[in-house]
Amino acid sequence: MSLLFLFSFAVYILATTTYLAYFFTENEKIRTASRTTLVIGGLVHLLYLIHRYFQAGHTPLTSNHEAVSFFALTLTWAFLSFRWRFQVKNFGTFVTLLVTALMIVSAFSSHEIHELPPALKSNWLPIHASIAIMANAFLGLAFCGGVMYLLQEREIKKRRFGMFFSRLPSLEALDNLNQHCLAIGFPLLTLGIITGSIWAKQAWGTYWHWDPKETWSLVTWFLYAALLHFRFTMGWRGRRAAIMAIIGFLSTLFTLWGVTYFLGGVHSYVG
Amino acid sequence: MLADTVLALGVNHKVAPVEVREKLVFCDSDVPLERLMAVEGCKECCFLSTCNRVEVLFVSDSPEKTVADIRAFLFSKSGLGSQEAEQYTYLHQGRSAVNHLFRVASSLDSMIVGEPQILGQLKQAFREATEEKTTGVILNRLMDKSFSVAKRIRTETNIGGSAVSISYAAVQLAKKIFGSLQGKRVLLVGAGEMAELAAEHLVAQGIEEVVVANRTVERAVTLARRFNGKAVSLGELVEQLEYADILISSTGATDLVLRKKDVKPIMRKRMNSPLFLIDIAVPRDLDPELNSLENVYLYDIDNLKDVVEINKEERDKEAEKAERIVTEESLKFLDWLGGMEVSPVIAELRAKADAIRDAELARTLSKLGNLSHKEQKSIEVMTSSLISKLLHDPIQFIKLDTVPVRKQVKLDMVRQVFGLDKIRQDPDE
Repeated sequence: MSLLFLFSFAVYILATTTYLAYFFTENEKIRTASRTTLVIGGLVHLLYLIHRYFQAGHTPLTSNHEAVSFFALTLTWAFLSFRWRFQVKNFGTFVTLLVTALMIVSAFSSHEIHELPPALKSNWLPIHASIAIMANAFLGLAFCGGVMYLLQEREIKKRRFGMFFSRLPSLEALDNLNQHCLAIGFPLLTLGIITGSIWAKQAWGTYWHWDPKETWSLVTWFLYAALLHFRFTMGWRGRRAAIMAIIGFLSTLFTLWGVTYFLGGVHSYVG
Repeated sequence: MLADTVLALGVNHKVAPVEVREKLVFCDSDVPLERLMAVEGCKECCFLSTCNRVEVLFVSDSPEKTVADIRAFLFSKSGLGSQEAEQYTYLHQGRSAVNHLFRVASSLDSMIVGEPQILGQLKQAFREATEEKTTGVILNRLMDKSFSVAKRIRTETNIGGSAVSISYAAVQLAKKIFGSLQGKRVLLVGAGEMAELAAEHLVAQGIEEVVVANRTVERAVTLARRFNGKAVSLGELVEQLEYADILISSTGATDLVLRKKDVKPIMRKRMNSPLFLIDIAVPRDLDPELNSLENVYLYDIDNLKDVVEINKEERDKEAEKAERIVTEESLKFLDWLGGMEVSPVIAELRAKADAIRDAELARTLSKLGNLSHKEQKSIEVMTSSLISKLLHDPIQFIKLDTVPVRKQVKLDMVRQVFGLDKIRQDPDE
C-alpha cells in the first residue's frame, strides 16, 4: 500500500475526529483546525493520485480502489469549495464521515495496477470517469445534507430537542444546500452519461448497450431528474427532497458497486 | 365597611367567550368614563378595555344598584339580556376586588400569565381616568398600589420570564426553520396581547410584513397600524395563509379556527414552502393534526415553553410566590382603607395623643418629685383637657362633612398631618 495513500487516510481520520470534536464541543478553534487538517488530507491525497498516474501510465480510475479513492478526493474538494461559498454549520462532520467511509472501502480494495484492456485506451477514459465520479461527489454532498435535514426536521417536528437542534443549521439552509448540490451534481451526472455513451460508440460501435451499469446510471438519473422536476413544478422540497437525495445517492452507490458485484456487464472489468 | 364599597365588574377570557367579549368592545376614542360616573352611586371609576377583558373598577355606596346599572350599561350595545349579562360577568367586592386588580396588574389573570402588556394598558386606563377626574382618594391609592405590586412581583418572581421566553422560543424556532427571517411574512390571527408581543420580537428580526386577521376589523386595523401592516377579516384567513410564513393564533374562540383540511390545499399552492404555526390560544385555535402535514410545524404554548426548558413546576412555583405577594399587598391596602373611616381615625388620633400625654406626664411627675395627690391629679386633668381641646377642631373637621368623597380627602389629610400612617410603618411610604 502506498505511503501517500496511508498518510492521506490517516489525515482524513484525524480531520473526521476533530470535526466530531467540534460537533460536540462547538468550539470554533477546533473547527478551524479541522478544516486545515482536511485541506492537508486533500493535498496529500492529490499527490497520491498524481504519483499513481505516473506509476500506472494511465489515468488511475480503472479499479475499485482507484475509483473510490478518487471519489473521496473529489468529495473532499467539493465540500471545501462549498465551504468557501456558503457556510453550513457542522456539514463538515457529516462529510468527513462519508470521506472516511469511502477511504476505508478504498483501502480494503485491491491496490493492484491493472493493464488497460485495448478498449479502454482512449482519451475518454479520464473525461468520462472523472466527470462521473465528480457527479457522485456532489450527489454525496446532497446525501449528507439530506441526512442532516431529516435529523433536524425530526426534532423540530416532534418538538423534542436533542443534540441536533442547536448544532445543525436551519431547515431552509439545508434545503438550499440540497438544491445547490444537485444543481452541480445533476448536470455532471448527465454529462457523465453522455460522455460514456460517446466513448461506447467509439469503443464498441453503439451508443447504448443496456449494460447493467448504464441502466442503473439511467435509473439514478431519472430519480434526480424527477426530484428536480417536481421541486420546480410542485414544490418537492424539505423532507421529501432530503429523502429523494438519500435514495438517489444509494442508487448512485449501487451503480458504482452493486452492479459490478451482483450484475456484471461490460463495465465490470473496470471495478 | 368602607372596603365593601370597592368593586370590580367585568368580562374576561375566563368567564366569557370571545364572541361575547367582542360585543362589549369600546373604541379607543370613546372611553365611557363620563357615562359611568353618571350611574347612580358611582363615586369613583376607572375603565379598562383590552382584547381579553372589559372591566370597570368603581367605588359605590350602594353597590347593588350601581352594579346592575353598570352591567346594563356595558351590555347595552351587545343585544344580550340581563340574565346573560350576569352570567358572563364577574363581580368582585372589597378584599376580592383589591385582590383581583392586583392580579390583573401583575398579569396573573392574563391568558398568558406574565405577559407584560397588561400593566401598560392599566396605566393608560388610569391616566384617562385621572384626566377625566373620575378617580378619588381610594382608587388613586388602589391603582397606584397595583402598579407597585406588579413591579414588586416582576422583580421578586420570575413570572415575566416565561412570557418573554415564549416569544424568544418562537423566534429561535422560526430561525431554525427559515434561517433568516428577512423577507418573511407573519399572519396574526386574533389581536391578543401575547400575539402582539411575539410579533414584536419577530419584527425585530427583520420580518417584512405583518398581516392581522381579526373578527372585528377595527381592532385588526389598530394592531396592524402598529406594525405598518395590513388588516383583513377572519374570513380571509385561509386565503391569506398562502402568502404567510409564520402564523400566530390567539383568538380565544371556543372552536378550532384552522383545520387540516383547510391548510392541505394551501400547501400545494404555496409550493410546500414551510409554514410555522404558533397556537397561543387557550383553548386551542389550530387543529393539532396540522402538524402531520409535510413542511408544517405546529407549536402550541406548552410546546414553546418546553423549548426554553422552563418546566411547569418552576412556573407554578413562581405563580404561587406571586399570589402570596398579592394577598400580602391586598391586606396592606385594606388596612389602609380601614383607616380611611371616620371612627378609627379619631380613635387613632386620640390614642396617639394619649400615648404622648402618658409619656410626658410620667417624665414630668418623676422630675417634680413629692407632689400631693391633689396636685398630681390637677396636672393630669390639665394635660387631658389640653389634648381634648387641641383635638376638638380636627375631629370636628373630619366629622362635619357629609359629602363622602371630600370626607376621604380630609381623612387622608388628617392622617398625614398627624403622622398616623407612620405608626403603621408601611415600607412604601
